[in-house]
Amino acid sequence: MSATTTRPTATKPLPLNRRRTGSLAWHIGALLILAVILYPVLWVVGASFKPSKDIINSLQLFPGHPILANFKGLADGIADISIWTFFKNSLFYAGGAVVGILISCSLTAYAFAKIRFTGRNLLFSLMIGTLLLPYHVLLIPQYVMFQKLELINTYVPLLLGKYLATEAFFVFLMVQFMRNLPRELDEAARIDGCGHLRIYWSIVLPLCRPALITSAIFTFINAWNDFMGPLIYLNEPGKYTVSLGMMMFRDSDGVAANYGGLIAMSLVALLPVLLFFLAFQRYLIDGMATSGLKG
Amino acid sequence: MTLVKDSPPATRRARSAAPAADKRRGRRENLAGYLFMSPWIAGFLLLTAGPMVASLYFAFTDYNLFNTPKWVGLDNFTKMFDDPRWQKSVAVTAKYVVIGTPLKLLLALGVALLLAQSRRGQAFYRAAFYAPSLIGASVSVAFVWRSIFSDNAIVDRAMSAVGIHAGGWVGNPDWILYSLVALTVWQFGAPMVIFLAGLKQVPRELYEAAELDGAGAFRKFWSITLPMISPVLFFNVLLETIHSFQIFGSAYVVSNTYCGPADATLVYTCYLYQQGFKNAQMGFASAMAWMLLLAVALVTAVLFWSQKKWVHYEEDAR
Repeated sequence: MSATTTRPTATKPLPLNRRRTGSLAWHIGALLILAVILYPVLWVVGASFKPSKDIINSLQLFPGHPILANFKGLADGIADISIWTFFKNSLFYAGGAVVGILISCSLTAYAFAKIRFTGRNLLFSLMIGTLLLPYHVLLIPQYVMFQKLELINTYVPLLLGKYLATEAFFVFLMVQFMRNLPRELDEAARIDGCGHLRIYWSIVLPLCRPALITSAIFTFINAWNDFMGPLIYLNEPGKYTVSLGMMMFRDSDGVAANYGGLIAMSLVALLPVLLFFLAFQRYLIDGMATSGLKG
Repeated sequence: MTLVKDSPPATRRARSAAPAADKRRGRRENLAGYLFMSPWIAGFLLLTAGPMVASLYFAFTDYNLFNTPKWVGLDNFTKMFDDPRWQKSVAVTAKYVVIGTPLKLLLALGVALLLAQSRRGQAFYRAAFYAPSLIGASVSVAFVWRSIFSDNAIVDRAMSAVGIHAGGWVGNPDWILYSLVALTVWQFGAPMVIFLAGLKQVPRELYEAAELDGAGAFRKFWSITLPMISPVLFFNVLLETIHSFQIFGSAYVVSNTYCGPADATLVYTCYLYQQGFKNAQMGFASAMAWMLLLAVALVTAVLFWSQKKWVHYEEDAR
């Protein structure tokens, strides 16, 4: 994970002395920032193998005698609930969110990018407006609504918006992508008699794969990290996501006694996100970069 | 959904001259458009527009979720302005936004400029610096933050080594907010990636021409780089500012769920959460939410107004 991939530069001969020192200074600067950035991540890895009493006080990043007790303790679960329950719940939430976003946002984006209908520009402005709207204005009335519908303590309040394309960022990302697709393709399809549904499904969607992957991963990570939504809507420990499970862990039997368990759980909870990142970092970063350029 | 099918090509081409056929086509496009849009439209009405109206109404009522909302006029707002905790939450949030956002953006721009200088290793560093933006909002990282900023942990010891004895930041009302600032600055990678993409689009010829005219590094940055990336800078300033107004999770977890000590991390949304969901003051919380909306709208309006003065868009519209 650390500096191994940066080595090649140093071994390659450079023509000018001046360039070598410049490049060296560049790498030293970059590595210093890298050390600060990675410290908290390395810290959580090291700390989860330390006995609880050493976690705060020991300055050693990695323990001399790593122990597995923290992870073994996790297998016992938290307050009689297996930690797999929390992971299953988080996975259900994140997976459900991904499916919803992919369907609803791509349909909406197709309409904005490829269909000329009356009112399109007005609706597009409204959609962009919701991008800037603070979610908290909607929080209370949405809660009231779901409470009246007796949907508190279910995943409906958390997922409904994902199936109704309320995440404007992804609609926007897909619209930008679809607008850049060669127009000739769908024009040719139209002349061949294809309807919008065919063009959407057989031409536009396959070509949009990068944008779909970016949206899917961001959605997964956002749902996995989501804290406020589950905090407000879920109130039965058996339905808790990983984030809430960790909060319950903290509240339950003296954290001081089992600090190691909490830190080990923190690491385990980060792993899916870190793995997704390692596997798909190009999609994430390119998606992020284009969102800023075309705004 | 079968309605969106087009008529066969031959007949369509033959008829397209006639205005009646054009009209029919337009109607069909409208129908298709609104069918494709229907999830978004339902979501917009049900989860955005409707709740906004309801929230505005609640803001003028006394409502605890179980009574019928009772109209109280401006009571919630006058109570709010007189409430010392509300004032505190505004001050805390303002401090967080005003210190954290510029620091984060400066670091993002600085590191982007550094990375833009070399192609070798750039992709690796870019990815590594971006990673915190993905995990920064998680409960895990909030726990890590709480740990490394506690009494006698690394940050405290490093500061003691240089003679500042603040104890753990998380237990100290004068310092805890800065641990949240550090947390947001740590996530500088997201705006950095956007800056970097903007820097790549600055035409090389501009720099070459400036060098021929004898411009130094600072001059080139000030007169070429900055104007050329100003749209990206504007985008980052807007998004990061709006975003940091809404900080909740990390403040809630780092402060051990009570947004203290001494309300030192009582960010706006934390107080809104306490009022709405702990005290069941839905009317008061809605009034708070609308004040947040107004603040965000005001900042957005000021930024959009100011961009005429400092943001340069290229002539060609894509």
